[in-house]
Amino acid sequence: MHPIRRLIAVGSAVVLLGLVMSPSASAEANPEAVTITGGPLSATDPNPVALDADLYLPNQMPAPAIVLAHGFGGDKTGLAEQAEALTSAGFVVLAYSARGFGTSTGLISVNSPDFEVADAARIIDYLATRPEVELDSPNDPVVGFAGGSYGGALSLLIAGYDNRVDALASDITWNDLESSLFGQSIDQSSELGAYKDLWTGFFFSRGLVNSDGQVTNCGRFSPAWCDAYIQSAQSATLTYDHAQLMRASSPQSITDQITAPALITGGQADSLFPLAQTNANAQQILAANPQTPVAVMWHGMGHDGGTNERERLDLAITQWFTQYLFKQENESPLPAFDVSIPGGSVSTQNARPQSVNATTNFYPGLFGSSQQKIVMAGPEQTIIAPAGGTPATITSVPGLGGALAGLAGSFATTSFPGQSAFFQSAPLEQALTVVGSSQISIAISSDRQVLDAVLFASLQVVSANGRTTLPQALVAPIRIDQLTTTPQNLTLDLPTIVAPVSAGDSLRVVISSTDMSYRLPTDQRLYTISMAAPAVNLPLVSELSVQSQESGVVWLFVLIPVALLVLLILFITRSRSVGVPEPVQSDAAVQIPLHVSGLSKTYKGGYQAVNDVSFDVPAGVVLGLLGPNGAGKTTTMRMIMGLISPTEGEIELFGEKVTFGAPALQQVGALIEGPGFLPHLTGQMNLELYWRSTGRPGDPFIEEVLEIADLGSALDRKVKAYSQGMRQRLGIAQAMLGKPHLLVLDEPTNGLDPPQIMEMRSVMKAYAATGRTVIVSSHMLSEVEQTCSHVVVMHRGHLIATGEVSELLRDRGDGSLEELFMEMIGTDLTVGK
Amino acid sequence: MKQLGHPLPIRVEFRRQLTRKRTLVAFLLIVALPLIVVAAVKFGPSSDGGGGFGDGDLDLVGLATAGGWNFALTMVFFASGFLLLILIAMFCGDTVASEASWSTLRYLLISPVPRRRLLFSKLTVALILSAISILILIVVSYLIGLIAFGSGALSTPTAGPFTETEAFLRIFAIGTYVFLSLLFAAGIAFLMSVITDIPLAAVGTAVVVVIVSNILGAIEALGALREWLPTNFANAWIGFLNEDIEWTDINRGISYSVISFMILITIAVLKFDRKDITS
Repeated sequence: MHPIRRLIAVGSAVVLLGLVMSPSASAEANPEAVTITGGPLSATDPNPVALDADLYLPNQMPAPAIVLAHGFGGDKTGLAEQAEALTSAGFVVLAYSARGFGTSTGLISVNSPDFEVADAARIIDYLATRPEVELDSPNDPVVGFAGGSYGGALSLLIAGYDNRVDALASDITWNDLESSLFGQSIDQSSELGAYKDLWTGFFFSRGLVNSDGQVTNCGRFSPAWCDAYIQSAQSATLTYDHAQLMRASSPQSITDQITAPALITGGQADSLFPLAQTNANAQQILAANPQTPVAVMWHGMGHDGGTNERERLDLAITQWFTQYLFKQENESPLPAFDVSIPGGSVSTQNARPQSVNATTNFYPGLFGSSQQKIVMAGPEQTIIAPAGGTPATITSVPGLGGALAGLAGSFATTSFPGQSAFFQSAPLEQALTVVGSSQISIAISSDRQVLDAVLFASLQVVSANGRTTLPQALVAPIRIDQLTTTPQNLTLDLPTIVAPVSAGDSLRVVISSTDMSYRLPTDQRLYTISMAAPAVNLPLVSELSVQSQESGVVWLFVLIPVALLVLLILFITRSRSVGVPEPVQSDAAVQIPLHVSGLSKTYKGGYQAVNDVSFDVPAGVVLGLLGPNGAGKTTTMRMIMGLISPTEGEIELFGEKVTFGAPALQQVGALIEGPGFLPHLTGQMNLELYWRSTGRPGDPFIEEVLEIADLGSALDRKVKAYSQGMRQRLGIAQAMLGKPHLLVLDEPTNGLDPPQIMEMRSVMKAYAATGRTVIVSSHMLSEVEQTCSHVVVMHRGHLIATGEVSELLRDRGDGSLEELFMEMIGTDLTVGK
Repeated sequence: MKQLGHPLPIRVEFRRQLTRKRTLVAFLLIVALPLIVVAAVKFGPSSDGGGGFGDGDLDLVGLATAGGWNFALTMVFFASGFLLLILIAMFCGDTVASEASWSTLRYLLISPVPRRRLLFSKLTVALILSAISILILIVVSYLIGLIAFGSGALSTPTAGPFTETEAFLRIFAIGTYVFLSLLFAAGIAFLMSVITDIPLAAVGTAVVVVIVSNILGAIEALGALREWLPTNFANAWIGFLNEDIEWTDINRGISYSVISFMILITIAVLKFDRKDITS
């Protein structure tokens, strides 16, 4: 191959490889620490709090700003990574510690409009004073708010209270603090729900210890919230005042004022602020201001852990702010609804179920775009709510959720006998994906009148082989104020889940009397439960379409043809046979079929097998290539046949220079260093297939050739059964196929018996008599003397004599060729040096 | 000048290979595999719910008895890791080296078959035989599965049931992917076949490289480096079993395999261009 062509081939391969595997760049940022004057310290102390913040500046300014608010218990340092990412997307980013957290002063008021929300407004004021921040008008910077959980609620609240906010992204947060901490899943019910004992304790405990490590009754909480928490936690109920306090801190109170484009995201693995809260935020904004751009994402994360989709969420947030803060004209950058379906596909890496992302261009809400009724069967069942509330079922455990998460989206649960009623469907005929909250109607009574019946409903998937999973370990808490022996009909909203159900799986609705994460009644009672309507209503979103992360097949359409093309070019060049050269090209070529000049071959390792050999072979002769073993005969013949390349010198066959596979070789037949055949084929088949694989035109003269081989019936036996002599004869026959103009035979008489040797001599002489040429190599001098008219004598790689046998003998006086030879080389018969 | 047909026509090379016993044995092995598995499933001790993959994993074995298509799928799953690898390595690794070991290589070259033409015919036939092996595996498994387990529709834990047409297309696509992803091993085997005169060395090298790559792929500590291993995407065909085909890994797997195949074959051709044939 030409060096340049080779370079192109290798080069294009490297470029292709590079295209497939390109790394991504990363940026770094050095924030500026600033202290911002916030809202009043408390209702009685108008002095402002000092908010500790970090300001991250992008390369190009002025630029729109994004305020990042942290989760409960965190501070500004936890926001660094997200801040840097947004900065490299071109935003000024301000990450700050909320009052009562980090090194910011003040006390926690759980996003109270008078305090935390007032702080956020001061931060907007501050941003308006910074020259790096783009302004809409004086004191009105271009600003977005983003945060998760505690910070997510703040983002919604400030966007409601302060119309300077231009966009917001709120993740895993509450809509209504009361219904978040007191879960109630009776459809449309406004009654106080079941107290989320563990979660609430877990949540508030993070604010109880002072920043100096001192333990006091209220920690860093403001007196009002301290009081509210302690009383509620003790009684598992809410006073009117406390309910009002929580309402003020709930986005629900202000969502009707939000007109900034809102990215509302929530986690499927969240038993603290479940998707119903996310849904309420989105739907309330849309109901009040239908023109507000809202995109909803149900990702796989949440306060319980779930699967890590941080990267995907961050990308969506960046896209959202880029769109609405840089005020680009085109449409919403995100689909109206984006949901990850856990176990929606099988990983191509480890064959385990994994999530896929699916989207729709409308937001279906909690109950799907359509419902499917699946009949659930089960008798009336009586279950026990045990005394003291123990032992209790374990589903998701706050703070441990991530540790318990074994498989994407599915959990096995621990439950105790007699505490659950089951209603199960027949195996499904078609696979479906539940996207939202299923609804079921039950009739429930107790063995006596009770005042606070607490139950938990869930939808489980039972696979064909009996394995039961509880999607995201979520249960829907129910609290019934008054329950008597008279059955009461209730419609329940089961947990909001995204769960693919295979054909052959069954669905099961489970109503349990206990759950470890909730406050349970301590007196023992019995509940009797039956289905009030025979079916569960499953939410489906048939419009969901799965996004493929890569542009699908397009890659292959480019890559495979390119690869094929490269290979084809490689193979087409120099792989076609040129036509058959005409036998006669010039007079010299007719008279001298083979011309060797200055031929040398040095093998790797330095062994010089042939050294400056030149000779001509005239037409119509039998020429003997003579020399002891190791004289370089075979190497010379291999070079003549284009099997190895000479180190120096040239060979011309019929006037054409010999290279690997030179077309002139079509006029040559050869037996070199023993015959070679396909051992599994017969002699006849070998010759036929060999002739066809040469691609030579014309008559192979197969009958004549086989006559010379004289193999008789052995022709129809497999070659592996042949003796050495038989192979040798078949090899000579193969060389003579098509009667080539030049026949090259290397030690042809090896393995032949004397009569066959005699026969072979006459065959060669007769062949030369037709004007064709025969070259025979041998180390048996007498043999050559009897056959050849011309000789080339070699020794130790050197040519020592060439010419007609008769002339050579005449010059040296009488005697045999053998005597002549011994005279020339003396006693130096050592070979192979 | 008279124009010639190609030396070493594909047809002739086919005859040379098809008459070999090892080709026959290879095809027999492929037919035997589904028969053995059917016998094991039908007459072996019953398993509870299938398995071997652990809870939550893709339970292809459990699904094997669902019908012809599922059985074919399971057979591809079983065979793709090793049997098909060995076969494709054999077809591509043995092809030139065995000619060298029989001394027939030099007779082909002096006839003369141009060197690149020789490699082209050899590689083409080796790849066609490899593709046929996969095809036979799928077709035979399907037919055996059809007889043994009936005509249940193709279904997987996360998708289906599929219609007959879709099942056919998906399994065909899986077969194609398996073939393309094995091109990497084919390239190594073919390159070695050109370099060495010992057929077993060529086949063995390819198999060993794949096994070593598999072992490295199991070492978690290697982290992201593992993504560069040639076997990293060996199972990406599972993406065809998802309701919506998971193209990402399929694309990458094919890209890596086809590109490395192209590079290996280019090296093989360039090496053979200059090689002194001394065998």
